[in-house]
Amino acid sequence: MSSEVKEKETIKIKPSEGFLSKRRKKILIDPLDDNNPISIQVLGICSALAVTIKLEPTIIMAISVVFVMIFSSLITSIIRNYIPTRVRIIVQLAIIASLVTLVSEFLKAFNYEMFKVLGAFVGLIITNCIILGRLEAYAMGNKPYDSVLDALGNSVGYAWIILTVAFFRELLGSGSVLGFKVFEFIGLNSFPTNALFVDSIGAFIILGILIWIQRSRNGYIEN
Amino acid sequence: MQQSNTYIIIFTALMTIFFGSILSITRMKLEPIQDIQVEIDTKKKILGAVMEISSLSPEEILSTYNKKMKSVVVNIKGEIKDSFVAEEVNVQKNFKVNPEDRQYPVFMYSNTGESVDAYIFPMFGNGLWDWISGFVALDKDLNRVIGVAFDHKTETPGLGARISSSEIQDRYKGKEIYDDDGKLVSIFMLRRENNDDLSKHEVDGMSGATITGKGLNNMLTHYFDCYRVFIEEKKLENTLKISYE
Repeated sequence: MSSEVKEKETIKIKPSEGFLSKRRKKILIDPLDDNNPISIQVLGICSALAVTIKLEPTIIMAISVVFVMIFSSLITSIIRNYIPTRVRIIVQLAIIASLVTLVSEFLKAFNYEMFKVLGAFVGLIITNCIILGRLEAYAMGNKPYDSVLDALGNSVGYAWIILTVAFFRELLGSGSVLGFKVFEFIGLNSFPTNALFVDSIGAFIILGILIWIQRSRNGYIEN
Repeated sequence: MQQSNTYIIIFTALMTIFFGSILSITRMKLEPIQDIQVEIDTKKKILGAVMEISSLSPEEILSTYNKKMKSVVVNIKGEIKDSFVAEEVNVQKNFKVNPEDRQYPVFMYSNTGESVDAYIFPMFGNGLWDWISGFVALDKDLNRVIGVAFDHKTETPGLGARISSSEIQDRYKGKEIYDDDGKLVSIFMLRRENNDDLSKHEVDGMSGATITGKGLNNMLTHYFDCYRVFIEEKKLENTLKISYE
């Protein structure tokens, strides 16, 4: 008796994943709320405190971070298999630093006013822990499209927090929104502005309240 | 996967060349645009010390400047140096040499094109993190401040960086640099905000930015002293002119 072993060749056809499948949606949405880089992971606090005094520079800062984050993730992910493991952090930093320098040069040429206000802080995007963190933790091991989604999610997660903080700091600290004097407009000429909110202390207070609201809503418990 | 050293060296070399060339090409392409921005910014600052310019377009700023501004370069003894163009004097570079060896540009604003309505003095100094600079406009009697325009490189946003906002600059308007006995005292920013009873030589401080405020005070004192001979000669000239008429 000879037993014939029939080898069945099973060809597994992987159904191609949807453009925004459930898994991918999770990559994108998670960092906006449940896994927010600032309020949950408490990364990137330094710039969240420093640039959020007025709304306008914060908008520019947020756009810059989204840009740098997406493109550095994309580039890192595309060349992830060629990056020598031993110097990978240096390579990631070189990618981030080049993109940041590009942003800074364009800002200097086309929005000199904002360049003067933000100058140093745009340069400091290089050291923003969120970007390097996502490159090392995600883009180094995942496909380009997923990495871009992850970058988008995390940078927008960062952006909405700093924009919220900036909105309240400008409103309470300078009595204006985007330079528009709100309180004078509604007839409260003598509304006192609170200098505490111009200091970094104001950012801590608003950030604390934000984290409080978010955690009590999501039922987050510290391990 | 461990790569060989050769691979790593080649990889980093290529990466450096790639990013290096992208950045230098961008820089080359954008430099002319950036230079114009800087020129407009400088002329805006000079004009901004004497007039409201927020509604002017960049082209209007350049044309107004050409129409209403005259300039000279003097040395610390008040002697006019014809071989220099005031707009081309780099105040920052001059700041690093001895006060006696510096060139001091003076800009003269004339609304009608005849008599001088304001004298504008560029200044330079150190803030908390890096340099601060300013243009101080004095009236035709060279005593009362008509306006100032301060700038800075990297003072803390919201704290020291406020020196470039009109909120702080307006505090200098109407202050005087000479006391009643005709002695040069300059203008001082106090510590803390919301001080009462400011004299005509004092302005209210910025809370959280004491060191930047000190930098401003040093800058003003130092440069008024450097311009003193020029200022006092002009004052004398003006009084003689009046008594002659």
